Amino acid sequence: MHETAFQIFVNALLANNFVLAMFLGLCPFLGVSGKLDTAFPMGVATTFVMLVASLCAYGLNLLLSAFHLEFLRLISYIVIIASSVQLVEMVLKKYSPKLFRALGIYLPLITTNCAVLGVALFQTAREYDFIQSVTFSVGGGAGFTLALVLMASVRERLQLSNVPDLAQGTALSLMLAGILSLSFMGFAGLGG
Amino acid sequence: MNTGKTWDEFMEGVWRQNPTFVMILGMCPTLAVTVSVVNALSMGISTALVLIASCGLVSLMRNITPKEVRIAVYIVIIATFVTVVDYAIQAISLALYDALGAFIQLIVVNCIILGRAEAHAAKNPPLPAMINAAGMGVGFTIGLLALGVVREILGAGTLFGVALFGTSFQPWVIMVLPPGGFFVLGGWLLFFSWLERRKLRKQSGRPAEATQHA
Repeated sequence: MHETAFQIFVNALLANNFVLAMFLGLCPFLGVSGKLDTAFPMGVATTFVMLVASLCAYGLNLLLSAFHLEFLRLISYIVIIASSVQLVEMVLKKYSPKLFRALGIYLPLITTNCAVLGVALFQTAREYDFIQSVTFSVGGGAGFTLALVLMASVRERLQLSNVPDLAQGTALSLMLAGILSLSFMGFAGLGG
Repeated sequence: MNTGKTWDEFMEGVWRQNPTFVMILGMCPTLAVTVSVVNALSMGISTALVLIASCGLVSLMRNITPKEVRIAVYIVIIATFVTVVDYAIQAISLALYDALGAFIQLIVVNCIILGRAEAHAAKNPPLPAMINAAGMGVGFTIGLLALGVVREILGAGTLFGVALFGTSFQPWVIMVLPPGGFFVLGGWLLFFSWLERRKLRKQSGRPAEATQHA
């Protein structure tokens, strides 16, 4: 199976959107999608972590395979991800303290965002080469951001509308996500 | 420790603090693997095993873990047990391993486990910590099963792979596709908030005021 970089990008962005088609990274998706102002930076921060994690995972995998230490893969991936999140956290804290506070607990939680670990695991499982890994992680991150922004826009509108009390809160968000996911299914087969 | 308290500790995760329906944690595997009951059950059991083992070890090490690096320690402990479970499933059933895919390894980043380690196991002795973890594991499995049963019956017309309806049954395919996961979970949450509301109304004898929403 050989895919071009462009196909991988489109697939990760739309047809196999991480959030809406593969169910990765749902916690921040439901948690931070209340406001557009925080949704977008959160998406960008996650994309950055994904890219760093993907690069490190690629190098690390070569190293681990060379020494036949595949069983250490999971542990080392998660340590890499935790450190890159720490890096993003420090950068944000220095350059944008306001954003740092707005993202709050969800920033360290990028570590436990399955989308990030998902990128690292999937690229290993599919044996992507260097270029493919990079496009996969950027496409996946962009798809995550797209889903987050779409969801936040819809939820901002919903605050002004009259929703039955019973459906308020998470139930409503899930129904919305379902409808978004339904519309993303229209992209199936786009990446070839 | 008396039996009443133990039972209470166990039931906290199963019902009052059910990770799926009350705390809305661990959504990714919940939605991704519940296309069939078998998948849901095995995912639930694997997660519960990792949860119990990690909480036990975290609790044993709670006095020697430096506070600054505790999260890293927890993560490494969890990742170790996940690797064990991952290889175990691969050895037991390759078909199951393929069906669950990357989601076995993704147990590492299941917020329930890290949450339990941080909120409960790090402050309690091993036995109560493991009982609490077992309760959470059972609660999570129940949550997965609730979704798996609905999705498999509606989406494929089967239960545990056994056909329930005649040949004239037209499967509701959307239920086993991603959107179905969102809809079914949303439906369950609606159902539970309706139950809650009815209970409140019975207690107060008048229509409940708008409850606070998360």
